[in-house]
Amino acid sequence: MTGLLVEALIKSIVLLLVLLTATAYLTLLERRLLAKFQLRFGPNRAGPLGLLQPLADGLKLLFKESFVPAQVDPIIYWLAPSISMVTALFVYAVIPFGPSIQLFGRSIPLVLADVNVGILVVLATSSIGVYGIILGGWSASNKFSLLGSLRSSAQLISYELTLGLGVIAVVLLAGSLSMVQIVEAQRDLWFVFRFPYGTVAFMLFLIAGVAETNRAPFDLPEAEQELVAGYQTEYGGFKFAMFYIGEYMSVITISALATTLFLGGWYGPPVIGRWLPGIVWVILKIFAGVFWFVWLRATFPRVRHDQLMTLGWKVLLPVGLVNVLLAAVVLALRSR
Amino acid sequence: MELALFIPFAALALAGGLGVIASGRAIHSALSLLLVLSSLAVLYLLLGAQFIAVLQVIIYAGAIVVLFLFVIMLLHMATGEPAARGVRPWRAGATVAAALFFAALLSAVIRTRATADLGVAPAVGFGTAEAVGRTLFTRFLLPFELASVILLVGIIGAVVLAKGSLTLRVHAESRAADEAEEPREEALTR
Repeated sequence: MTGLLVEALIKSIVLLLVLLTATAYLTLLERRLLAKFQLRFGPNRAGPLGLLQPLADGLKLLFKESFVPAQVDPIIYWLAPSISMVTALFVYAVIPFGPSIQLFGRSIPLVLADVNVGILVVLATSSIGVYGIILGGWSASNKFSLLGSLRSSAQLISYELTLGLGVIAVVLLAGSLSMVQIVEAQRDLWFVFRFPYGTVAFMLFLIAGVAETNRAPFDLPEAEQELVAGYQTEYGGFKFAMFYIGEYMSVITISALATTLFLGGWYGPPVIGRWLPGIVWVILKIFAGVFWFVWLRATFPRVRHDQLMTLGWKVLLPVGLVNVLLAAVVLALRSR
Repeated sequence: MELALFIPFAALALAGGLGVIASGRAIHSALSLLLVLSSLAVLYLLLGAQFIAVLQVIIYAGAIVVLFLFVIMLLHMATGEPAARGVRPWRAGATVAAALFFAALLSAVIRTRATADLGVAPAVGFGTAEAVGRTLFTRFLLPFELASVILLVGIIGAVVLAKGSLTLRVHAESRAADEAEEPREEALTR
């Protein structure tokens, strides 16, 4: 019992350190990549290749004056960014990073908690994450914040449905809600290649994932030309950093989820899969997902809010429903 | 171990319940409700019902309270001014109803004498998605289908209510626009 607790504690600490560092460097990666896409240099002054830039940014945010605007609801004003960050971190408790490894004579699974409702825990956590945005926008008593948070919560609630429908197709294919078993079910063929329902579910998941993370081209909640910075407008210093960390971490989260649910988790491609250990494949796939997010931002202009809602409710949702129905019928007929 | 988790979370649930009725601002009440629902999810987890616990978070904490917050935000916009105090006779009636409900609950608990043996571990597979799904689609099929019909009626009702006022308003607006435009055309022809 104590052994298990210690193991979980060590894993949590390692996970926390790695994730926070990765998130900090994701901001640098994004700025450098965007600069490359736009034929600029990007931040390259702090340290070699600008590698110390995240450190400088972090220090600056930490030492900024902790400013609280008048007329805010103090409890909710503080609660909102914490909810955003904590829920973003919590998801990683159920995401598997590799098969079990042997260390000090015991087999250690590379996942913090292999619960048998794993994927539901992810969905539950992301549905709690909406509170950070709603409360953040509301408590600041500023019209831009309020509009941004209204937009954002409407967007999150709408696209969560599409996201869920993509996940249901995966659950049908794997026959389990456990993240580890979902990966195990992709040993021979990644779900993204299970045409048509696996592929369609993957595309739905990616589109909904971009909307869920409030990233371009679906970054209406913080459309700077109209809303200043949306729900974050009245936040500064460390509280702003918490929102920011939550947001960038969710980019990594969606990539990690796509890896686990559709891209075979720690299983590499058929022939060369054996050449590298499982955890390296997971990291490579997550990195590819993150790169795709940045690429998308550099390529597409922002859509209008009514276009976003039309796409979500009138295109993606029906496609997702038909896809789940198709997958269920085919799998039921085949299991006879 | 179980007791060490049960006591704080039961206390949190009770504190949240008090917060719901005692807070002056509607948004604090909604957040207290969120506390109640999340603590209940932990209690379900302690009972070994993990699937129900997660559903509790997804549906109640993640969807229903979010809707409450939406309504509060839109009605009280930026200020979130305290809700109007209930009318007196209503408050008295509500107190009586709550007391009656509490008495009914208490008598039900006392009559069963808490016969469930808490020391026994639940059966293997209890509380998983498979077990809940199987029970729902065999033993409780009729209540399940009835509940879904009631929900469908609720959805259709909401659409009819919203659409009804919408079409009326559109008609009224287009009529007003017609009336406004006609004289102008006359003026032009003249």
